Amino acid sequence: MSELAIDREIDRSKMQVSDEVAIEITNMNKWYGSFHVLRDINLTVNQGERIVIAGPSGSGKSTLIRCLNALEEHQQGSIIVDGTELSNDLKNIDKIRSEVGMVFQHFNLFPHLTILENCTLAPIWVRKTPKKEAEERAMHFLEKVKIPDQALKYPGQLSGGQQQRVAIARSLCMMPRIMLFDEPTSALDPEMIKEVLDTMIELAEEGMTMLCVTHEMGFARQVANRVIFMDAGQVVEQNEPEEFFNNPQSERTKLFLSQILGH
Amino acid sequence: MSDVSFVRKEMLPEKAPPASEVGVLGWIRHNLFSSWLNSILTLISLFFIYYVLSNILSWTFESVWNANSLSECREIMMATWGDTHGHACWGVIKDRWLQLLYGFYPPYPAHPDATWSNPPETGSWPAYFRPNLTFVLLLVAIAPVLFPKAPRKLLYVTAAYPFLLPWLMWGGSIWGPLMVAAGFVIGYIAYKLVISAVGSLTALILAIVLPLLWWLFAAGPVAGAINSAIPLGIEPVQSRDFGGFMLAILLGVVAIGVSLPIGIVLALGRQSDLLIVKYLCVGFIEFIRGVPLITLLFVASLLLNLFLPPGTNFDIILRVMIMMTLFSAAYMAEVIRGGLAALPRGQYEGADSLGLNYWQAQRLIIMPQALKISIPGIVSTFIGIFKDTTLVSIIGLFDVIGLTNGIRADTAWNGVYWELFAFIGVLFFVVCFSMSRYSMYLERKLQTGHR
Ligand SMILES: Nc1ncnc2c1ncn2[C@@H]1O[C@H](COP(=O)(O)OP(=O)(O)OP(=O)(O)O)[C@@H](O)[C@H]1O
Ligand SMILES: [Mg+2]
Repeated sequence: MSELAIDREIDRSKMQVSDEVAIEITNMNKWYGSFHVLRDINLTVNQGERIVIAGPSGSGKSTLIRCLNALEEHQQGSIIVDGTELSNDLKNIDKIRSEVGMVFQHFNLFPHLTILENCTLAPIWVRKTPKKEAEERAMHFLEKVKIPDQALKYPGQLSGGQQQRVAIARSLCMMPRIMLFDEPTSALDPEMIKEVLDTMIELAEEGMTMLCVTHEMGFARQVANRVIFMDAGQVVEQNEPEEFFNNPQSERTKLFLSQILGH
Repeated sequence: MSDVSFVRKEMLPEKAPPASEVGVLGWIRHNLFSSWLNSILTLISLFFIYYVLSNILSWTFESVWNANSLSECREIMMATWGDTHGHACWGVIKDRWLQLLYGFYPPYPAHPDATWSNPPETGSWPAYFRPNLTFVLLLVAIAPVLFPKAPRKLLYVTAAYPFLLPWLMWGGSIWGPLMVAAGFVIGYIAYKLVISAVGSLTALILAIVLPLLWWLFAAGPVAGAINSAIPLGIEPVQSRDFGGFMLAILLGVVAIGVSLPIGIVLALGRQSDLLIVKYLCVGFIEFIRGVPLITLLFVASLLLNLFLPPGTNFDIILRVMIMMTLFSAAYMAEVIRGGLAALPRGQYEGADSLGLNYWQAQRLIIMPQALKISIPGIVSTFIGIFKDTTLVSIIGLFDVIGLTNGIRADTAWNGVYWELFAFIGVLFFVVCFSMSRYSMYLERKLQTGHR
């Protein structure tokens, strides 16, 4: 609900949208029982895009991005991620999951493993990376998120912000081409929000394709190249951040923005 | 209005606490005599403890060891203390402890006439060498499982133990257990050979079916053939000779060791999306839990004969082992299901989102945590099933409880009661208490900070 000031220069040199399509969603529909959660979603995401998805609670934002790595199943339409169509074929699902990183609101770190083990587990078992190489890579990303000294601790011994940064590092260790974020900062205190947002900004600066569900409008303004507003399971409005915030078109968007920005 | 501003000029030094707060006195004051009511309760409890202990201790230690019958015991008591009350007659344990521990297992299987007090002349292993070795090997085999600090090489002993145990205890040709073990090797090789050619499911099915065929049709004849060429084995011991506390440990170890993996599979099956698997598991668990163990044991000892083709020799101890294992597996499944239910959904999603497949997620993420949560329940089930092994005395096996009847039927010891059960109680307590302490140690060790 806040607009945390981002008090640093953002290096936009590598934040470039290419022509290559990363995700293509066509006429996608999803139901929970008889409840129609996602209605006729059409969305094309290019490599290098940074998309923020906003919308009121219950509008289906989480459901949408969880469909992208098959944590939820869609019933109609097609989702093509990095050239692979999401179908019931388990091989496709595992392939897409190993190429799409996901960061959750509640971190979902594995509490019985150390930070380092959290980061090397999937590379070792899914990618069959040799242990030593996996550890080196894990340390590289832990340094990136600025917590290499915590590598041998357990998640329960870290603060929320540190845990979330570990979760980001854990995803990065799989070398994903796309990162999904589902409200990565909503379970955190303001100071920790800042550390996590900083990490996400750095990721964007390196040209990562990102889809973020977030209420951090400061992040949306400065980092996103596109903001998507959802309500009642549909995409209501999408635009470049400047236009989206200064000149919203739909009544629902205006109402939402006035509530969330508090004016 | 007074002035509320205050600035401390000097910091206060640390002072020693008053004598009544520290040390032994402080502890006693705080914990035992903190109020009138508390003091009265403390005194009553102290008196009660003194009363119970003074009786038990004098019974235990003002006792007779050197006697060959109860009447001799009584005579010695009369001569020493002037009455026969309040004194234990440990002579019965001294006389029969081997039987209570080993049942009728022959001390020297190769020399049927030899006994403990009358050992064979030469060239023989020490008395009860085989059960004792089996027990020592058990400790070696479980050490690497229980303690991560134990050398990893011991895991080879662990892997060999399931085949060593029946061979050492029942004896016979070495080729039988080796051929059974060969079945696992066959399955493993088959899996490795075909996994790249066909899918993992086909390979898995093959890895199960091939060994089954081997065990059913080939293992027996092959073992027989090799044995007639190269006879290699030890003296067989009949199941009816098994007994005593050894039998409790044997049944307990097998039931505990086998029921944990079966319980895990049942718990996973119960959560499965495959309806048939799910209802098979639910049906099995609910059926077994709804029936008293003693009924299952009667089924094992009597009813099963009706269903088996006449003439088949299906060992009674093996049957009892199967029933006890199934019984404890059903409870285990429910305990583990509790652990699974306590895991947040985020753990599954975290594993899924990283691309781990179902079995990897279960093995690396879900089970370690679910089992850790379930440790107290799992150990309770272990302790329960271990104590329930005494029920086999009802179907005529000579476990410790069954043996006490025989001992008391002996004219020399007719009337002995407390001493036998105190001895048995101590044996069980030592084992069960160790399990309980180990589970506490394990819980502490696996503690990785709050979640
Ligand atoms: N497993 C489920 N079964 C049935 N309905 C569900 C399920 N998960 C979510 N829903 C419903 O689907 C709708 C969309 O949920 P979703 O979690 O996608 O919303 P959201 O936009 O992420 O909201 P929030 O901002 O609160 O996280 C909600 O109305 C929710 O109640
Ligand atoms: Mg949500």
